[in-house]
Amino acid sequence: MDRARRSYEPHWAFRPLRKPTPPTVPGDSWSQRPIDRFVTEPLRARGLAPSPRASRETLLRRLSLDLRGLPPDSEELGRFLADPRPDAEARLVDRLLSSPHFGERWGRHWLDQARYADSHGYTVDGERTMWPYRDWVMQAINDDMPFDQFTIEQLAGDMLPDASVTERVATGFHRNTLINQEGGSDPEQFRVEAVVDRVNTTGSVWLGLTVGCAQCHNHKYDPLTQREFYQLYAFFNSGTDVNNGGATVAVPTIQQSEQLLIAEQRLAAATQLLEQFDRDHPELVEPLSSDTTTATRGATETWSQIEQPSAETNSSAMLVRQEDGAWLATGNVAPSDAYRIQLRTDSPTTITSIRLETLTDPSLPQQGPGRAGNGNFVLCELNLRDGRGTSRRISGAIAEHSQDKYPVADAIDGDIKTGWAINVGGNSQVGPLNSNRTAWFALETPLELSEGETAELELVFGDQPAGYPVGKFRVSVTSLDARELGFDSSARRALVSDVEAFKQQREQLSRAIPRSMVMADLPNPRESFVLLRGDFLRRGDPVVPATPAWLPALPQESDERLATRLDLAKWLVADEQPLTPRVTVNRMWMRLFGRGLVETENDFGAQGSTPTHPRLLEFLAADFIERDWSRKNLVRSVVLSATYQQDSYLRDDLAELDPNNLTLARQSRVRVEGEVVRDLALASSGVLSRQLGGPSVHPPQPAGVFAFTQRAGSWPESQGAARYRRGMYTFFYRSAPYPLLTTFDAPKFETTCTRRVRSNTPLQSLTLSNDAVFLELAGAWGARLARGGSPDRSSIESMFREGFSRSPNEGEVALLLDFAAAERERFESDSAALDQWLGSVAANRWNVADSKRLDVAVWSSLARIVFNLDEFITRE
Amino acid sequence: MRNSLAAQRLPAEVERMVSGENRRQWLRSAGLGIGTIALSQLLQESSRGSESSRVEGAPGRVVPPPFPAKAKSVIFLFMAGGPSQLELFQDKPTLRRLNGEAPPASALEGKRFAFLKGNETLLGSRRTFRAYGECGQTLSDLLPAHQRIVDKVCWLNGMQTNVFNHGPAKIFVNTGSPQPGRPSFGAWTTYGLGSEANDLPGFVVLQSGPRGPRGGSSLWSSGFLPTTHQGVPLRDSADPILHLTSPSGRNRDDERRYIDAVAALNQAHGEATRDPEIETRIAAYEMAFRMQARAPELMGMTDETQSTLDAYGVKAGQPSFARNCLLARRLVERGVRFVQLYHTNWDHHGGSTENLEKHLPEVSAQVDQPSVALIEDLERRGLLDETLVIWGGEFGRTPMGEVRENTGRDHHVDGYTMWVAGGGFKPGSMRWGVTDDLGLGTVDQAVHVHDLQATLLHQLGIDHEQLTYRFQGRDFRLTDIHGSVVRRVLA
Repeated sequence: MDRARRSYEPHWAFRPLRKPTPPTVPGDSWSQRPIDRFVTEPLRARGLAPSPRASRETLLRRLSLDLRGLPPDSEELGRFLADPRPDAEARLVDRLLSSPHFGERWGRHWLDQARYADSHGYTVDGERTMWPYRDWVMQAINDDMPFDQFTIEQLAGDMLPDASVTERVATGFHRNTLINQEGGSDPEQFRVEAVVDRVNTTGSVWLGLTVGCAQCHNHKYDPLTQREFYQLYAFFNSGTDVNNGGATVAVPTIQQSEQLLIAEQRLAAATQLLEQFDRDHPELVEPLSSDTTTATRGATETWSQIEQPSAETNSSAMLVRQEDGAWLATGNVAPSDAYRIQLRTDSPTTITSIRLETLTDPSLPQQGPGRAGNGNFVLCELNLRDGRGTSRRISGAIAEHSQDKYPVADAIDGDIKTGWAINVGGNSQVGPLNSNRTAWFALETPLELSEGETAELELVFGDQPAGYPVGKFRVSVTSLDARELGFDSSARRALVSDVEAFKQQREQLSRAIPRSMVMADLPNPRESFVLLRGDFLRRGDPVVPATPAWLPALPQESDERLATRLDLAKWLVADEQPLTPRVTVNRMWMRLFGRGLVETENDFGAQGSTPTHPRLLEFLAADFIERDWSRKNLVRSVVLSATYQQDSYLRDDLAELDPNNLTLARQSRVRVEGEVVRDLALASSGVLSRQLGGPSVHPPQPAGVFAFTQRAGSWPESQGAARYRRGMYTFFYRSAPYPLLTTFDAPKFETTCTRRVRSNTPLQSLTLSNDAVFLELAGAWGARLARGGSPDRSSIESMFREGFSRSPNEGEVALLLDFAAAERERFESDSAALDQWLGSVAANRWNVADSKRLDVAVWSSLARIVFNLDEFITRE
Repeated sequence: MRNSLAAQRLPAEVERMVSGENRRQWLRSAGLGIGTIALSQLLQESSRGSESSRVEGAPGRVVPPPFPAKAKSVIFLFMAGGPSQLELFQDKPTLRRLNGEAPPASALEGKRFAFLKGNETLLGSRRTFRAYGECGQTLSDLLPAHQRIVDKVCWLNGMQTNVFNHGPAKIFVNTGSPQPGRPSFGAWTTYGLGSEANDLPGFVVLQSGPRGPRGGSSLWSSGFLPTTHQGVPLRDSADPILHLTSPSGRNRDDERRYIDAVAALNQAHGEATRDPEIETRIAAYEMAFRMQARAPELMGMTDETQSTLDAYGVKAGQPSFARNCLLARRLVERGVRFVQLYHTNWDHHGGSTENLEKHLPEVSAQVDQPSVALIEDLERRGLLDETLVIWGGEFGRTPMGEVRENTGRDHHVDGYTMWVAGGGFKPGSMRWGVTDDLGLGTVDQAVHVHDLQATLLHQLGIDHEQLTYRFQGRDFRLTDIHGSVVRRVLA
């Protein structure tokens, strides 16, 4: 577009960064830090005074919420109020900055921008493992990883030399894109959408630019051309993921690493034993050729129909002997039945193996051989008992055909829930389902039947599924060495099965190790093109990775190779790059004041707003780089400023002259995020689990949340401490988010969220008043307070300190005592209501003594009130 | 210290506040005169105010309607999965004649399908069709009740959309974009117009059928608009709105006492901080309290006559599309701005659980009578003129058959049917949209999803190009950068 190409007066945000000197204001006794001098000068010019310092109580709760997302407890409050040292606040701030909860709080802010969630999105919305990335973010922030390194690892950790597991996990940042698992989706279409999202997110998060506008046309207001958009696109266009899980990396816990090591050692030992055995018994190593054994198994002369004088079932059904020696089940066969066939001999006989033929018959559904509607069966167990009734182990099983997931081995595994079945699925190679099917079973040790001795063969049909007994079958036996039929030697088999068991154990352990989704590029980059009007099917000119021409140039090592994501990441945090530090410090300021110095924190382009305090922004941005991109340092200098520590009270003069607080003549009241709403209730009630990180959890949620979505998601409600984890650990399904979070404005993390909106709705009132989670926490708090007796002035003061980090005033005490009295009266006069209310607040969880029931009920009512006050969910 | 100042004032205040008469007085003094102004609108205004004053950057613009609104409310009967226009609305004798033959290659060039492999053949419908009414719209034997309204609705037979997978397509119809994250039609509507209901949400979502619609809450999301505007699912349970029911052990008086105590303490803190947001919160609790009283009456339906229940086909105690249609009427009667009904599952590919032989007739029978009864009921009550009723899915189905265990059809983005009744759409004698003899595409009078959105907004008195919201540096709108009002379908 010509308009955009006109000679361009550099927009303020694109100009190089220069650190200004803080102004000196004569007679300024208010300023504490350089920041304040940038604020007080324009205030004074407008004839406005800054607001007084907030009370120490307010300050403590403000700092605690801003830095940890958790309120101070009573003990912290007492200690801070009693600390007479002049640097008490600085000490407090240092303590909060070193708390691991700092990483949770500020990590959560970053995760909004990373659009982190625990599911793939769109319609199917399957679960994904991304929490190791979430934990990486928290750890990096707790370690105060410099922001430039933080940037490079997330955008290109996989490209660093000898990339470590954690550097690769960091690249999960751009794997938080959606995956459409719906049948019939064109993977390329959704791959392109993911790449576009990576460009847009990178633009918003680091550059504060709305690059997405240029996907379809040259940017209307900023100099970004469509071609430049696709040059940025080219950086991200070579990922191995194509609307699928893509590359992952194993992230074992220490415990898992140890368990895996032990399993490896056991496997090695078992393998060694087997090798030793094979050296000692060379004749057993080579299994007999399968052609020979198949022929032997099939040969008529191998098998004899031992005498079978009788057979019985568990039901009223009869097994009727047929002329060909088969048994046909007739009558009312039970859905889960068992057949017992007597095997008898008149002369000493050795049995090494048994043949079971299942046979079709016109009397069976679809001709059988099973009795299920389609003619299938599930033989759950095959048991053999000798003449003394002792069970004989069956050590091997072979079938001419087994249904997928119903191998014949399941008929001898001792588990009634599994078995052998013969459906054929889509496999036409094996003939129709309704065919005769044979299975062979080898005894661990040969059964010697003496003259007249009777053994018993039992076919067991369980109830999972029920209604699947065999309809017609024939039993034969042989005395040939089982190896000639294709079964292993039993001694060797035991060793082999040990090796297999340990292999399986190792498999299971490694499968349990979470694999976090990470970025990886193809060995040969994909070609990139301008996509006309953003349509992935309409390719325009080819492009190569490059950064916009009107921003500092990309330092490139060589013209020989294409620039990579690593080059892009380094460019974003290069010394000459003015946008990244400006955008980053502005957003951090926003977290501490409710709004940024640049109001449009996601648009630093020509259409965005100009900074209210331009020199302050420049100072902070330059200082940020000078201090090695340390976020803790930046937070410390801001929260120790007089500007931050002002009261948030809306003065009359400010209400008139500056209702939106653009001059920073006061602090702002900010309602906390949905996650923190939960954290506040957990902390005040005293049940908060402070565990950091790990897989996401499932706190109780109302039934039927999934009723309005396609997925019938499972929500295995967490118990124990996991029930009381912080809100940020709640499993996040994009298509059916945890209702509390949505109600309190958490986005769905389908695209980057650089700032949350804050609404104030009746649904929020209903949630805090009636959600079983908050009632349970009111009960937990109530039960704890009731240990000290009935509510009185001093106990209500304690409750206030726990809930609001301040003492109540006379009016508040009076009102709550009145309310408590009314509640007590009500429950005393209606014991049914008392029982029900105690049920509502889940009092049974807290071992309430009979004598305390009334107190718990009343205290829980008071706790419910506290949760529902505006002050409770607001950072003052 | 302000706290101590407040303390001196409070006991007397508390006295006054907890008594009913004075509470009302106080609410008036706090600017919450009930009955003079729709509280929900006030709430929305107020929270919007807070957006600009506290969050910044994205203040919404409500554009005064450049022309008078024809419609006040919307009922969107969403047939989730994509109903087959070729089995319901569009008779194609040529397609029947060419049954089993390959489609003309030229007709498929450049077209993309979700599941077709390329070797599928044309599938003629086995339904019987007839033209009805003055307009002569054809209907199959699957929709007998529709014969009664054939001249009362506006037929759009040449609908077009952009995307052919369920999730993206549903999101597209609802938000104008195939990717999740933008505000839905209902959210835009309450954002633009507020809601007259002061005891119910302005945007309500109902669900019937075997499962929820694909796409889930993205379909009724408020996107980047304040969450005040997101659709509130009304569930068929004791707790129709999440957390609506007060805890067991607390009666209405107990809860009044509780809300009063919360209000008194909030009010005191509001005076101490002077933050107008606290007044909004107090009002939110009042509205929640009223919603609790309203919902049982709404859901109970005890005031409906047996003949009304029978007309819809509502059976006592049974959740159904019929029940939701009746609920929809009750909701718009009570001032709710936007009601969306999802009925699943119309995705008839031909599998053993989703085919044209067995399952299409079943789902058609579930919606036929209730949809028609809703139109007739609204008309009888004089509500049809001011209510837009929309019937249709996220796309239609292909003339090529899919043969799995049974027969079915794949997703098709061109030439499917929707209908709109009321709200100033031209009823009867209107068959808009001409598709070719095979039903491969629209040859004349196409209406794209964005056009339909623009036209619906137009009838609500909103210019679709002017209802915008600034987000991430761009002015977003429901119709993206497309759409034009289809004036020919308007009365």
